[in-house]
Amino acid sequence: MTNSFKEFKNAKMFFVIGSNMTEAHPVAATFLKNAVRKGAKLILVDPRKQKLAQFADIHVPIKVGSDIAFLNSLMYVLITEDLYDKHFVANHTEGFDELKKTVMSYPPEKAAEICGVSSDMIVKTARMAASVKPMMLCYTLGITEHTCGRNNVVSVANLQMLLGNLGMEMGGVNPLRGQNNVQGACDMGALPNVFPGYQTVISPEARQKFENAWNVTGLPDKNGMMIPQMMDGLVSGKIKGFWIFGENLANTEPDIHKVEHELESAEFLVVQDIFENETTRFADVILPAAAWSENDGTFANSERRVSRVRKACEPPGVSKPNWWIFREVAKRMGHAWASNSAQELWDNEISVLAPNLAGIKYYRIENDGLQWPCPTEEHPGTPFLHRDGNFTRGKGLFTPAEWTPPAEVSCSDYPFVLSTGRRLYHYHTRTQTGRTQGLNDLLGEETADISLFDAKKMGIKNGETIRVSSRRGSITLKARVTAEVPESMVWMAFHFREACANWLTNAAFDPYTQTAEYKACAVKIEKM
Amino acid sequence: MSENLMVINGREVPFSPGQTILEAAVAAGIDIPTLCHLKETTPTGACRVCVVEVEGARSLMTACTVPATKGMVVRTESPMVIQSRKTIVELMLSSGRHDDCLVCPATGDCRLQELAYRYQVKGGKYPDTETLYPMEAVNPLILRNFAKCILCGRCVQACREVQVNDAIDFGYRGAKTKIIAKGDMALKDSDCVFCGQCIQACPTGALVPKDAYQKPRLCETEQIRTTCPYCGVGCQQTLHVKNGKIVQVTATENAEPNQGRLCVKGRFGYDFISSNERLKTPLIKKDGVFHEATWDEALDLVVSKFSKIIKDHGPDAVAGVSCARSINEDSYNMQKLFRAVFKTNNIDHCART
Repeated sequence: MTNSFKEFKNAKMFFVIGSNMTEAHPVAATFLKNAVRKGAKLILVDPRKQKLAQFADIHVPIKVGSDIAFLNSLMYVLITEDLYDKHFVANHTEGFDELKKTVMSYPPEKAAEICGVSSDMIVKTARMAASVKPMMLCYTLGITEHTCGRNNVVSVANLQMLLGNLGMEMGGVNPLRGQNNVQGACDMGALPNVFPGYQTVISPEARQKFENAWNVTGLPDKNGMMIPQMMDGLVSGKIKGFWIFGENLANTEPDIHKVEHELESAEFLVVQDIFENETTRFADVILPAAAWSENDGTFANSERRVSRVRKACEPPGVSKPNWWIFREVAKRMGHAWASNSAQELWDNEISVLAPNLAGIKYYRIENDGLQWPCPTEEHPGTPFLHRDGNFTRGKGLFTPAEWTPPAEVSCSDYPFVLSTGRRLYHYHTRTQTGRTQGLNDLLGEETADISLFDAKKMGIKNGETIRVSSRRGSITLKARVTAEVPESMVWMAFHFREACANWLTNAAFDPYTQTAEYKACAVKIEKM
Repeated sequence: MSENLMVINGREVPFSPGQTILEAAVAAGIDIPTLCHLKETTPTGACRVCVVEVEGARSLMTACTVPATKGMVVRTESPMVIQSRKTIVELMLSSGRHDDCLVCPATGDCRLQELAYRYQVKGGKYPDTETLYPMEAVNPLILRNFAKCILCGRCVQACREVQVNDAIDFGYRGAKTKIIAKGDMALKDSDCVFCGQCIQACPTGALVPKDAYQKPRLCETEQIRTTCPYCGVGCQQTLHVKNGKIVQVTATENAEPNQGRLCVKGRFGYDFISSNERLKTPLIKKDGVFHEATWDEALDLVVSKFSKIIKDHGPDAVAGVSCARSINEDSYNMQKLFRAVFKTNNIDHCART
């Protein structure tokens, strides 16, 4: 997030696109709802009439996967009606002419056809977005989990730059991160192209720096593989040794049949986790790890805040902290690593090596955490980025994007679009929440959420068992007939193994980010 | 007297326009007891515990609702105030059943009990009101014990103004007043989303976690602040721990970013930690079956297999996926192992999903 949760309460307008915040980030949603109750405006762009719709000034139910056409069309209106921030564009951005050229081919009439909403609604939304400043834009996986995910992201950034809503409080581009430490795992360089602190592995200076710090030579100089490439590599034989730490890939990745074949193909698979799960079945070795609350450490949240995590209990049996396991393997391969606690790792290595984290030390985050960039121990942290429109690269670069449809669209054989997401009462594959009886009582099984219209047309009753099939798999589960879902859509989550949406989802990936298109594939539904 | 000053207990106290007497007093470090007052919500003055004497006023005023004004002279602990608070607490103690603190899970964490102690009053001065509504134990996660409800309205404020879920409200009238959900249904059949903010707001034992009676009381526990293990908001939680076991989780008050709020997963989803199904020892698969192993056996096997693969096929023949739920320090060490020891950049995690 460029901005902070603290700002939600006082925001004047929100633009929420592809974010079911009340279920996926419930506490963030409370601050948004507080602001709306105090008079803030809310523009909600979402195919589903989700909970925030009742708080929205306008709910724009665009078709799944039509985001770029919609956003480009908003920018068409802003430019043609002269509603954009000319001062910001002139002084703080580059590439406006290229952007204009692209968005000019998305007049509302044309976008309306792609998006399944009226051109009037597009015009009204654009005018509303320009009517209050600043506007805070929030998005989640509804933007990223598409084959055009990267282009979706640049499009929301284009919109906020065009409106001059960056570099200030209560504005910005704010992706709400889905997992407690997904931000931190990125910050730590658990990515194939960067060392900790986003220092690129292809930079000779960065490699030299880390070679010196780690007392090694010959750090690899080309980018590594992303998860989908690794999974392909397991089958092609390119990857022979695979180590999965704390991920239940057999349930979370698209197209479970495919994923399980890939995991089976591993020559040697290590799985490090806190429970046996669908993925550990494929392991050659399972390493038992200490869980949250069993060791000290830090998480970084969506707003770049590094907060403490503390030990409250002993890990069961002989299970050990994850950092200890990696350290032991290094030791057995001749590398003696000095840091022997999470605090030593942070204070003596991570904050020393990552310039943005240099000022964050354990003693400073005993209470509230600090938000990076925090370059020195005197620095108070950075609640919002790009202050006064000064971007990391100097000026903000407009990156125009053309709309492309999902990799798989509905057809006569598979006439529904399946879109997936998270539900309030469970988290991912339920390895954690599935152990709380009360949460299982509140949500005990997956459902296929379908519209009132389709239910009536097909004679399906609420709670009736139906079959949902895609080109990749077929599952049976109860229908949940709901006004949340528009016609021709099936909506599901992936919390339950038996009726996991990922038996059906399409392993098609964004070419830049390798993010899977969890939000769109074609399915059919049948009465049993 | 210059701008925006008032006198509390003979002391000059500044205030900013719009502040209540209570807010000005708190800012000046003067304690006025409250009960129904819930931070960041509209003051209701319902419980009247915060009454103070304001010179020139005809009756005692509730400090949580009355705005501070220039030159106002306030006494927070005068005999009349103390007597009034005693009566108020005595009346609250007669509202339902408050004579069984010995077996109440809220003991030690009960605002009513604290006030009774502070003003040294016991129940029994007034006849107890009849408990009209039975305990509601049919819900997951939340137990509603109406016998202990003093109708202060904090849960309603928490639900409506803090979490904005609008699931509960005052229902019926007069002596029959009850906090109800959706036309007086059980919470599980209402719009309740079980965030449990009402439990955190409840000043008595009227709203407690469902398993509260089977667990140690909060006052017996050690409190440890941490960060929630679920979504990316990073809520600050207080773990209540006894004998090395988490007994309950509450939101840390006045902490960023969540300001005392949690959702259903953050508040209730911690049982996995103490699950018997946890992995307790390394396991090595032989002939398709997992066998318990020592750390030495397991790690030596990992090292020998990975070393051989790297020797035979090069470092890029191994790859690793880190965990977006575990701590930074874990991800740091994993990428360091892959880069510095294995010599590959094949390290990723589920960053994009």
